[in-house]
Amino acid sequence: MSEAPTTPPPAAGGSPGGWEPVIGLEIHVQLSTRTKMFCGCATSFGEDPNTQVCPVCLGHPGTLPVVNERAVEYATRIALALDCTVGGRTIFHRKNYFYPDLPKGYQISQFDLPLGVGGHLDVELDNGDLLRVGITRVHMEEDAGKLVHSGGVTGRIHGADYSLVDFNRGGTPLVEIVSEPDIRSPEQARSFLTQLKSLLEHLDVSDVNMEEGSLRCDANVSLRPPGGEFGTKTELKNVNSFRFVQRGLEAEIDRQVRVLESGDRVTQATVHFDPTTGGISVLRSKEEAHDYRYFPEPDLTPIELDAEYVERVRAGLPEFPAARKERLMHAYALTPYDAGVLSANRLLGDYFERVAAIVGDAKVSAHWVTGDFAAYLNSAGLEVEESAVGPEALAELLGLVAGGTLSGKMAKEVFAEMIEGGRTAGLIVEERGLGQISDTATLEAVVAAVVAANPSQAEEFRQGRDKVFGFFVGQVMKETKGQANPQLVNELLRTYLAR
Amino acid sequence: MDVRNLSAVECRALLASREVSAQELVRLYIDRIEAVDGDVRAFLAVDAEGALRRAAAVDATDPADRRPWEGVPIALKDVLCVEGWETTCGSRILAGYRPPYDATAVAKLREAGVILLGRLNMDEFAMGSSTENSGYHATRNPWDLDRVPGGSSGGSAACVAAAEAPWTLGTDTGGSIRQPASLCGVVGFKPTYGAVSRYGLVAFASSLDQIGPLTGCVTDAAALLEIIAGHDPRDSTSTGLPEPIRLPTATDLVGKRFGVVTEYMGDACEPGVRQVFDQAVAAVTALGGRCEEVSLPSVEKGIAAYYIIAPAEASSNLARFDGVRYGHRTVHSDNLLEMYTRTRSEGFGAEVKRRIMIGTYVLSSGYYEAYYGQAQKTRTLIVRDFERAFARVDYLISPTSPTVAFKVGERTDDPLAMYLSDLCTIPVNLAGLPGISLPAGFSEGLPVGVQIVGPHFSEQGLIDVAYALEQRLDIKARPVLGEVRP
Repeated sequence: MSEAPTTPPPAAGGSPGGWEPVIGLEIHVQLSTRTKMFCGCATSFGEDPNTQVCPVCLGHPGTLPVVNERAVEYATRIALALDCTVGGRTIFHRKNYFYPDLPKGYQISQFDLPLGVGGHLDVELDNGDLLRVGITRVHMEEDAGKLVHSGGVTGRIHGADYSLVDFNRGGTPLVEIVSEPDIRSPEQARSFLTQLKSLLEHLDVSDVNMEEGSLRCDANVSLRPPGGEFGTKTELKNVNSFRFVQRGLEAEIDRQVRVLESGDRVTQATVHFDPTTGGISVLRSKEEAHDYRYFPEPDLTPIELDAEYVERVRAGLPEFPAARKERLMHAYALTPYDAGVLSANRLLGDYFERVAAIVGDAKVSAHWVTGDFAAYLNSAGLEVEESAVGPEALAELLGLVAGGTLSGKMAKEVFAEMIEGGRTAGLIVEERGLGQISDTATLEAVVAAVVAANPSQAEEFRQGRDKVFGFFVGQVMKETKGQANPQLVNELLRTYLAR
Repeated sequence: MDVRNLSAVECRALLASREVSAQELVRLYIDRIEAVDGDVRAFLAVDAEGALRRAAAVDATDPADRRPWEGVPIALKDVLCVEGWETTCGSRILAGYRPPYDATAVAKLREAGVILLGRLNMDEFAMGSSTENSGYHATRNPWDLDRVPGGSSGGSAACVAAAEAPWTLGTDTGGSIRQPASLCGVVGFKPTYGAVSRYGLVAFASSLDQIGPLTGCVTDAAALLEIIAGHDPRDSTSTGLPEPIRLPTATDLVGKRFGVVTEYMGDACEPGVRQVFDQAVAAVTALGGRCEEVSLPSVEKGIAAYYIIAPAEASSNLARFDGVRYGHRTVHSDNLLEMYTRTRSEGFGAEVKRRIMIGTYVLSSGYYEAYYGQAQKTRTLIVRDFERAFARVDYLISPTSPTVAFKVGERTDDPLAMYLSDLCTIPVNLAGLPGISLPAGFSEGLPVGVQIVGPHFSEQGLIDVAYALEQRLDIKARPVLGEVRP
């Protein structure tokens, strides 16, 4: 990634009550490998409970883990994309604790020799400034299973009649990204997450879907007098959308401000944000936190990432959003806004470049891809690759506009039919007889007839009443069912009315 | 036919020459088990029906199509997963647990055509040196039923000594193959760490555990090791052996240098054991080997380091026995914590609990460096001691156990005395080295074994040396069981 200057963190939104929030994020990314971190089970989402399991990921006695090489590669991609130091020896540790979703009684994770350390992400803030957020570490681990609690009122394990465990997710490869406490407002936290998500999408290593849990975020937040010593932090856990991260942080900052201003002290705790009430509940005091008894995982040998491996992975990295935005602005003369939209989503960017290459007009292509096409994806809730209109199909439509067959307005109607699926622009135009009339002889006949049929209005025009011109355009369009080439109609009318 | 002097290699020859059918052979051993196991109690379960069915299938197979060891029976320590069998590790917490898969070593035995007779008693989760810590019953030493067979593979050693199977598999974390082999007068071989896959071996201490043979003779140990060794993609720490193991033929030890470890010859070593060991050293010299004293200054700290590292790993390895997915679960509990604590309190025995608590303590934050960190450094020092020694000599020789088999109950109230049983064997596991124990003689009518240790992957050399010594010592005595008892 390119070097960016570190800008002093602006106190976006103002410091609440004179306090400066200090925020660090921990992001869990589920890798989109075909198989699990330490066994050959499939990782697909939404299957029947306990169908994607084997003795290894169920923690049967005697089973042993074997590292998924693809997961190491994906994790390396992430670490390199975040400018971390990667290479040399990295080892797995056991993180020991008891919970029914953790079949071995320990999670295989990383501790003091993680895959990557000391990176950063340059985040473009809403005001256009760049904020460099340090990345403390990037490490690999395995996911836990999923608990379903039945009965009881809270939906939690306490008070449940019984609880069931689904181990399909257990053992899915995760990468944990830990940021430095460089973030100073909930808005910045949201910008960081949005851009991190975009980066991960470009790396093609995860589905980055918060609803399905393939991207999860915990936030540490504390308050301090601006520039002063760090305060006591709390951890906002399990927030399932970027919007809720922002709102949850806002609510927790409010709570901490109230605690501090009432003269109390913030105590270390895990807090939970309820999006329906907007309220914060303090879950448990961190002082009773587990001692995880980390020690090196004796069932796995250390991984040595030699320079050749690291360079090979680095060479395979795609273009990152910031670099692509720059290139789109220069190579296609796009506005910063269009270039930003098209580089934030890797597939949308690829789509645009394909359309532009066929059509040859980048401006028109960008206008359509960021406009009608993006609006269609949004309203239909589709991803780029799920769209009914491929880049070639859109390019064909834009070609019909450029060639004069369709007006801009008609093209929108044709597009609205294309998204229903199956039919090309050419086919729709043909079936509906939508071809724009650009034939001078045909239009001349209509124009002549219209002028002849309205002698008094023609006279008014000749007297200098320009407003009547619109009336004639309307009449011609009516006669041609709106298919007349407007530019040609204008020219012909002026000629005939002048006679 | 008398099974008491029958080796596995001889069984194979008898089957090949069709002097005996597989069914006859299996029946011989089942009869023997029925005759003597009421006294010895080596077995936790005998699968007579399954073994006889397999034997019938072997007999129905054209001899030309038979695999090399087709029809030769074996019995297994209850710590190896066998699909379809109960596998309990001698623990109540795994009562009724049937693994859904075969351990790699078990799968290799099946591929070789070996017939599985049953599963053998052990100290619970391989924690112990007497097999008294079994959650089911104690096993007795076939040489003296008032004495322990050693442990934790006491069932495996006693089974071979009592001729209830020609050979068995055990596991060795700190001496659990070699010490019971010594106490029962059989051969026990702990291979280099990584030579045999640990997949399907229920873990006690992952960085120390190895599967290995317990047999009546060195040749059988070589043959069994060759069947089970090899790299396994399911075990990242497995390497296999550099070369296939050949059956031994060596008759002398000319040119071989042996180091007698001075640290093992102190007060802990019984005079009777010392006497037999000296005779073994004399035999080595008589065969042309050169013996000299070698010092391993750090091994005296071996037991201390071991009793930190092994419990640390065990505390984590045994966390999965929580009552959630398999094995014992307490009948009634009001909440999750209660379910965990009751299940584990009921399921684990005293020694296992002791080690889980030690392990949890030494890994806890604030104590990690002082205990686990120091123990790992000590482990490194022990590795270096061995490296230095092997720069001077080819093999190290010592008693396997400082004492002969002790009386049942004698050490159960004194864990430290029990831990000292593994004084000579533990450092070998800490360094990941191969070691073999073979019978060298008797003290007070009880067997005494010598241990020979070599550098990593020196299995073939160890087998050749042990074979030459075995031929020279020519110990013929067998325990007297059943037949003379009223």
